[in-house]
Amino acid sequence: MDNLLSIVTFIPALAAAILALFLRGEDKAAQRNAKFVALFATTVTFLVSLGIYFEFDPANTGFQFVEDRAWILGLKYKMGVDGISVLFVMLTTFIMPLTILASWSVTDRVKEYMIAFLLLETLMLGVFMALDLVLFYLFFEAGLIPMFLIIGIWGGANRIYASFKFFLYTFLGSVLMLVAMIAMYADAGTTDIVALMDHQFASETITLFGVHILGGMQTLLFLAFFASFAVKMPMWPVHTWLPDAHVQAPTAGSVVLAAILLKMGGYGFLRFSLPMFPVGSDVLTPLVLWMSAIAIVYTSLVALVQEDMKKLIAYSSVAHMGFVTMGIFAANQQGIDGAIFQMLSHGFISAALFLAVGVIYDRMHTRDIEAYGGLVNRMPAYALVFMLFTMANVGLPGTSGFVGEFLTLMGTFQVNTWVAAVATTGVIFSAAYALFLYRRVVFGDLIKESLKTITDMTTRERAIFAPLVVMTLLLGVYPSLITDIIGPSTAALVDHYDTAVAAAEAASQHASN
Amino acid sequence: MIQSDLNIIMPEIVLAVFAMLALIGAVYSSKDKLAPGLVWVTALVMTAVAAWIGMNGEGSHPAFNGMFIDDAFSRFAKVTILLSAAAVLVMSQEYMQRRGLLRFEYPLLVVLACIGMMVMVSAGDLMSLYMGLELQSLSLYVVASLRRDSVKSTEAGLKYFVLGALSSGLLLYGASLTYGYSGTTLFSGIIQTATEGSVSLGMLFGLIFLISGLAFKVSAVPFHMWTPDVYEGSPTPVTAFFATAPKMAAMGLFARLLFDAFGADVADWSQVIALLAVASMFLGAVAAIGQRDIKRLMAYSSITHMGFALMGLAAGTEFGVQAMLVYLAIYVTMNVGTFAFILSMERDGAPVTDINALNLYARKEPARALAVLVLMFSLAGVPPMLGFFAKFYVLNAAVSAGLTWLAVLGVIASVISAFYYLRIVYYMYFGEEGSELQTNASPVLWVMLMASAAVMLFGVINMFGVEGAAASAAATLLH
Repeated sequence: MDNLLSIVTFIPALAAAILALFLRGEDKAAQRNAKFVALFATTVTFLVSLGIYFEFDPANTGFQFVEDRAWILGLKYKMGVDGISVLFVMLTTFIMPLTILASWSVTDRVKEYMIAFLLLETLMLGVFMALDLVLFYLFFEAGLIPMFLIIGIWGGANRIYASFKFFLYTFLGSVLMLVAMIAMYADAGTTDIVALMDHQFASETITLFGVHILGGMQTLLFLAFFASFAVKMPMWPVHTWLPDAHVQAPTAGSVVLAAILLKMGGYGFLRFSLPMFPVGSDVLTPLVLWMSAIAIVYTSLVALVQEDMKKLIAYSSVAHMGFVTMGIFAANQQGIDGAIFQMLSHGFISAALFLAVGVIYDRMHTRDIEAYGGLVNRMPAYALVFMLFTMANVGLPGTSGFVGEFLTLMGTFQVNTWVAAVATTGVIFSAAYALFLYRRVVFGDLIKESLKTITDMTTRERAIFAPLVVMTLLLGVYPSLITDIIGPSTAALVDHYDTAVAAAEAASQHASN
Repeated sequence: MIQSDLNIIMPEIVLAVFAMLALIGAVYSSKDKLAPGLVWVTALVMTAVAAWIGMNGEGSHPAFNGMFIDDAFSRFAKVTILLSAAAVLVMSQEYMQRRGLLRFEYPLLVVLACIGMMVMVSAGDLMSLYMGLELQSLSLYVVASLRRDSVKSTEAGLKYFVLGALSSGLLLYGASLTYGYSGTTLFSGIIQTATEGSVSLGMLFGLIFLISGLAFKVSAVPFHMWTPDVYEGSPTPVTAFFATAPKMAAMGLFARLLFDAFGADVADWSQVIALLAVASMFLGAVAAIGQRDIKRLMAYSSITHMGFALMGLAAGTEFGVQAMLVYLAIYVTMNVGTFAFILSMERDGAPVTDINALNLYARKEPARALAVLVLMFSLAGVPPMLGFFAKFYVLNAAVSAGLTWLAVLGVIASVISAFYYLRIVYYMYFGEEGSELQTNASPVLWVMLMASAAVMLFGVINMFGVEGAAASAAATLLH
């Protein structure tokens, strides 16, 4: 199969086109058909993508399943996966059927809803596979359109503010990246990501408006990409769009946002920032590390005082993404392995937490923590699932949350002990807010009148959680499942990075002598 | 000699003869009753001429001692102008007929304006430049005030005329200065004077005045004041026409003048154009935020887009011209689709232009709403729509020419302008209940809207080959 990646990417888009063209009407039958088509398409996508997973050769650190075709304006339609991206592809195809299942109770404009999610899946997959700068940008940006609509049409009361904030915030970050991409194109004469990784962008100090810029062009390019990825991650202090977007988005929207869209930022750092601008990354590493440490502590404290469950989990996501950026910019094997691990594990855990909120939101139509209490009395199965993911979120050993946090902290400790020390306090805070949330929602006596008739999870809901439970525990006890695949690629990345930084340092020493 | 010259301007002659014959025919027969048929015939003739120009042309042919140039550049511009004008004509037929606006003069004035535009983009001399420009402008002044009994329409026509006359004055003054200091009105002569000696101060003054006059025609800031009022006041089909073909023509003329006559001193005008571009992009983006009337909004939108097109020009390179041409071709296509939708907006038979009326339109007409959504995201420059590639092209040209600061400012302006395009999507998809917008079922408008949206969506595959045509067009301009 020469174009397996394209097939996987475009199955959902094809299903969306079929839905758009052939499904008519808004009655119950049409709605059910739309749901089944979407579920079928995402499941098929997942099954086909297993082919990528099994055929993938971890020992090969280059790109595999490469497709390369000419496109307009000297650009290329080039797709491929390596050890860093292949698991993000798998995460996406794995999560999407679950989000469709989680949307079974949607009744408003179901066809459009499913089309939006299917298109979103195509675009997300494209982001992780694209090996051409502009193709990457195309997928990266186009994903904003369906997400804007998902939040705006099917979101909560304040959805309009949230959708505009989401769109404009991320758009502003991305367009600066676009200019940087064009500058790279002008400098290197190609938009091929593989070629650009080997291209050395100028790193001599330059002076701009009287300011000396260490790392020169690389630092400027890094900053432009940083503007986009930091917003997408999101990193403190540009994270403020995320709580709004999460709170207003429908459950499935939150799940996709937390589990996959946030990972694009981290993936971008690994794909572009570190390999293409090593000197620029090196210059700004202290800044990024401290921003991550602040993010971890600050957003954990903010999470502690939230009254809205989704907002609390959203802030906890920002804190966990802080571990990711910290691990990436530690730029050693443990750090980057840990960062990727953390992203994948957060993909399962945050998805499960948002789904858990969705379960009780569907019943009570409120996300106020105050409105709940004592759920364990009527929903024992729910209490168990929720506890498992709360613990995983805290990073309890035995769950996947632990491995990621531990590895990133270990990696960072070798580079910057103070940052690691500050970040570790975040682990304690995360235990505080997560357990506090759990106690207020689940434990205690069931005294609220409105909760007296609440029912436990249905079979459909159990079916959604089952795979997530399995993955969280499996990765917690057997992390090699991931590290074996990403290991060689991250090792190559770290090697490439260290060589480039050392060469640049040697050059500047030479110049100063 | 004269025979070969006439052969070169044969398309213009054919159109002019057609216009005059149709005029005589209409005057001596049933007048306005002929108008609907005349609109279609005119559109057909224009399409045929466009096909003729597009298929047959090869190489560069100067005519009348270089006053008129037929080359790949002018052919690209002419095909775009004629096709967009034909599209606007067929779109307007039903609208104008139902409102009693359809007089037989309308299609004929459009033809005459198009002839003016064709002369503009082929101009090789300051005289032919002015002739083309005036023929176009005089026709446009009249169509702007086509609705004689409406105060707004007459006001639009008058404003356009007074300010247009002022800009023509500036242009003429610039032309006379240039002539005075170079001793010739031929572009080829002007560029020769500039390359042989240093550019004199007087000639620079002339250049600046010429740029000012042309900036008025493309409605670049700070010469944009007329645009929102004229767009709002004119009948909507006329607005659609203003937003498409004349923009292409004026930008084509701009490029021709700057490269053919002043190509030797790119550095002198590049900064000026860059400044116009920045001012247009930002003013258009910011001022449109407060607009509630979709026609005014599109006026500011066109100002922003002209800013982007000027960015390609400011690069001062072959690639920049290519980028500008691609940008304009895409822009014109988007605007044809958008105006096809605006033309179909009505309530109880009366046209509506308030964007509030779009509330929850997507529930009523999902297919059309989707097409408008595609167009809006395309106008905002969000991939994978073709509008993104238009922006990518000009940004690429600007960065390659070392104008990175211009590119950065451009993308920031594009984020600001994204807000009001998104707001239209917001009204259509997540607005409030209670609006009773009807869209008439005119098949022409439906086809134009859908076709334009489809082009924006599927252009991502290969841009329908416009790239290659624009490349060869740009190459002929910079010999």
